[in-house]
Amino acid sequence: MKQIEGVNDFVVKFANVNGTGSASANHLFAKAIFRMGIPVSPRNIFPSNIQGLPTWYEVRVSKNGYLGRRGGVDFMVCVNPQSMEKDIAAVAPGGYFLYDNTKPLAPHMKRDDITMFGIPLTEMCMREYANPRLQQLLKNVVYVGAMAALIDIDFRVLKDLLNDQFKGKEKLISSNVHALEMGYQYATENFQCPLPIRLESGVNLASHILESDHILMNGNTAAALGAIYGGATVAAWYPITPSTSVVDAFAKYAERMRIDAGTGKKNFAIVQAEDELSAMGMVVGAGWNGARAFTATSGPGLSLMSEFLGLAYFAELPVVLINVQRSGPSTGMPTRSQQSDVLAAAYASHGDTKHVLLFPATPSECFEMSAQSFDLAEQLQTPVILMTDLDLGMNDWMSPPLEWDDNKELNRGKVLDAEGLDTAEKWGRYLDVDGDGICYRTLPGTHPSKGAFFTRGSSKNEFAVYSESGEDYVQNVDRLLRKFETAKGYVPQPKTHPPIEVKRRKTKLKIGALFFGTSASPAYEAVEMLADEGYPIDTMRIRAFPFHNEVDQFIHDHDVVFVIEQNRDGQMRQLIMNECQIAPDKLKSVLNYSGTPITARHIAGKIRETIGTKKAKVVALKREKA
Amino acid sequence: MSYVKPKFRHPNLPTNRRGYTVADYDGAISTLCAGCGHDSISAAIRNACFKSAIEPHRIAKVSGIGCSSKMPTYFLGKSHGFNSVHGRMPSVATGASLANRDLTYIGVSGDGDTASIGMGQFVHLVRRNLNMTYIVANNGCYGLTKGQDSATADIGSIAKGGAVNPFEGIDLASLALLQGASFVARSFSGDKGQLEPLIRAAMAHKGFAFIDVVSPCVTFNNHAGSTKSYAETREHLAPMPVDFVPMRDEITTTYDPGTTQAVTLHDGSVIHLQKAANGVKTDDRTAALLRMQEARDEGNILTGLMFLDPNQADLNQVLNLATTPLNKLGKDELCPGSKVLKSINEGLR
Repeated sequence: MKQIEGVNDFVVKFANVNGTGSASANHLFAKAIFRMGIPVSPRNIFPSNIQGLPTWYEVRVSKNGYLGRRGGVDFMVCVNPQSMEKDIAAVAPGGYFLYDNTKPLAPHMKRDDITMFGIPLTEMCMREYANPRLQQLLKNVVYVGAMAALIDIDFRVLKDLLNDQFKGKEKLISSNVHALEMGYQYATENFQCPLPIRLESGVNLASHILESDHILMNGNTAAALGAIYGGATVAAWYPITPSTSVVDAFAKYAERMRIDAGTGKKNFAIVQAEDELSAMGMVVGAGWNGARAFTATSGPGLSLMSEFLGLAYFAELPVVLINVQRSGPSTGMPTRSQQSDVLAAAYASHGDTKHVLLFPATPSECFEMSAQSFDLAEQLQTPVILMTDLDLGMNDWMSPPLEWDDNKELNRGKVLDAEGLDTAEKWGRYLDVDGDGICYRTLPGTHPSKGAFFTRGSSKNEFAVYSESGEDYVQNVDRLLRKFETAKGYVPQPKTHPPIEVKRRKTKLKIGALFFGTSASPAYEAVEMLADEGYPIDTMRIRAFPFHNEVDQFIHDHDVVFVIEQNRDGQMRQLIMNECQIAPDKLKSVLNYSGTPITARHIAGKIRETIGTKKAKVVALKREKA
Repeated sequence: MSYVKPKFRHPNLPTNRRGYTVADYDGAISTLCAGCGHDSISAAIRNACFKSAIEPHRIAKVSGIGCSSKMPTYFLGKSHGFNSVHGRMPSVATGASLANRDLTYIGVSGDGDTASIGMGQFVHLVRRNLNMTYIVANNGCYGLTKGQDSATADIGSIAKGGAVNPFEGIDLASLALLQGASFVARSFSGDKGQLEPLIRAAMAHKGFAFIDVVSPCVTFNNHAGSTKSYAETREHLAPMPVDFVPMRDEITTTYDPGTTQAVTLHDGSVIHLQKAANGVKTDDRTAALLRMQEARDEGNILTGLMFLDPNQADLNQVLNLATTPLNKLGKDELCPGSKVLKSINEGLR
């Protein structure tokens, strides 16, 4: 048997039972690798359940800094008998499998093409710890200790992390360290350590990794921090996975940073609403009255908020909505990731509506775009929806550090104060004096005799007077389109990279790939894989809707354009077809909607199939023979 | 009714303490049916604001959808207004109030808007004790869609088409009491002597003030057999007179101590209530519920102030909100800056 080899480049997956404390042990494992300066991307693949069901934690180690899923498992750590059979089958030939052998493995599960390590985790913990809770929790720490020996995790780093985590709780620290040492010792005594796949600080790493001062952070926390920096004062929400931690994090930071020094009172308000309709209503009311307000939700919440989104679009009110997407429709797979709200968000509500969407791909972008969305919502006087997903929101991502320019001012957009109203020649709430579709608004309580108007969801004329005249209506909704055109100049530009140089080019086709959000990391990796095979692909990462004109241009400049996304219906492809002047044939979907994030291997495989590469032909032939 | 509102005003119209005439509290011409009870409520709100000398621009009007929710257009034309989404005014009002706690908020809703589509938001608004006045113009039917029964229609009430309502009506005032409202009143659109002081008291109250106003629909629910017609309401009305003396005014009327009860509000204003034969007490939630239920059992409509707790913590207090309105805060108060961010980055390594 040839064992899988590699320094700083492999995938480890942990199979656990949820509610047994595995998440924190697995996090310890991932964070230790991160602290060793080696690129790592951990992913929690968890059930919609609190205790007792299978849960997985996949850790990718990538010397090149690829943070998306690669596909495949090189090393499986399995302490869950429920899923053991499938977990063993999932290991790549030549891979490794570590399991709790307190109970012997069923003979039919044994494989001779992988290396198997049995450790009596349960037995060891029963022997060492009297407390039943500790017996369960520390089992996880024992296997982390064994992994430290097997793949060369710096033991001091693990200890430091435990010290940070349990600061002041000496007893916990010592029992955890003891568990680590037990695992470590067992592995060194019983197995050949380290394995051909292992870690080594500073070896083989891409230069941009060596030089960086990366942080490890999840997107929800980053988005919450963006809301703090963006000046949000009102947060109204209804709990829903996977967005709940956005408001939790906002509350945590606000309690630290937004307390009035003199009085101890709060310069923010957080209301847990009775449902998402109400949450959005509060945001709309606060925005109307001049406070920066936001909500965070996911699919079902977005549906419930749609009526209010239409009102905010038509009455022109600033709204920030952080939509952490999950698998739909309906309850779908609530703890699994997708990018399947693209159309629902872009056109949320009845009638002709279009909304500004932002698509962050990293925690640092979650932070920047979340802060920016408060400016955009007020500048454009319209809802702005930050489209993240469970993968980005709830998993830890290695990310460049967050940055803030202290010279940046809050851009409140066109708001007339009392002085402005006194000097304005002629004011109408919906009078487009600047020709950009954006009119001047006033806030309640501003001026004793000027600037009052009635905000409504029904049709009105330029002076905010109720009107059922078709002419007034058309003028108004056409101006809203003009405003949407203006928005193109305000929202983040798409990201492109210089064309990739290929040694022996094997195709005459000009190939492009479009993607956004969490599809980006694996897409970049797939593109590099294909470049190595002689197929250069130009990339464009979409960062906002409305699309910049460059998106049109990019598609026009290529013979075929792959649209890579994580939903069944190719929603971004549909949106592009709708909004750009594109022959649909040119756009080819690369999709994944299994609920687990898309992998680089999957993307590369689909592209190969479509353009008929040599490798694809070999694979097809093999399949035929099989 | 007229379709053009005359601009002419008497040059010597009296002014209130802040120098505004009653005309400064006018809104646009009403487009509701002639004789609609809602127009009387609009007039009562206008007069109440004038008399209490609240500056028009320091008031914000919010409503949902329906005949009732059109009303804010017809009073206080110098105030900002927000005609929002059907049944969702409570959430809009909550957000608005959180953004600027310094304004006076008047919400106008209807029985469909509050007791049906908006029931969820209504009870939660009550629970939160948001500092606002919430008026329901209650006519027991859907006017804009031509007369369907609403959830407040009394059981046995006959609709215009002859159908008898088979369902129990929801009593919003009792419900508000049950959910802990700090100010609960009921009135009748035809009794401005009672409605105006109630509205003034509601606006002076710090916390959620609910007024359920029976307001007959002249077009779809004013016939024999309807329990919410003008005639029926007048016949079964059991009003408790109310007088309101704002904080700054000297008390000039003398009340016989045996017949009235004075209740002092948070801002120092005083409400005088005429004691009913059985002795009115406005600080007893359970007694108020019982009294209202008894009147209902007898087929009577008890009006007046039912319950008041001037000291109940409102949402601003519960949230420990700073006194400066959130919408007045700038970059310095809101943005922690790059130095703080640097230390956050440190903690994430």
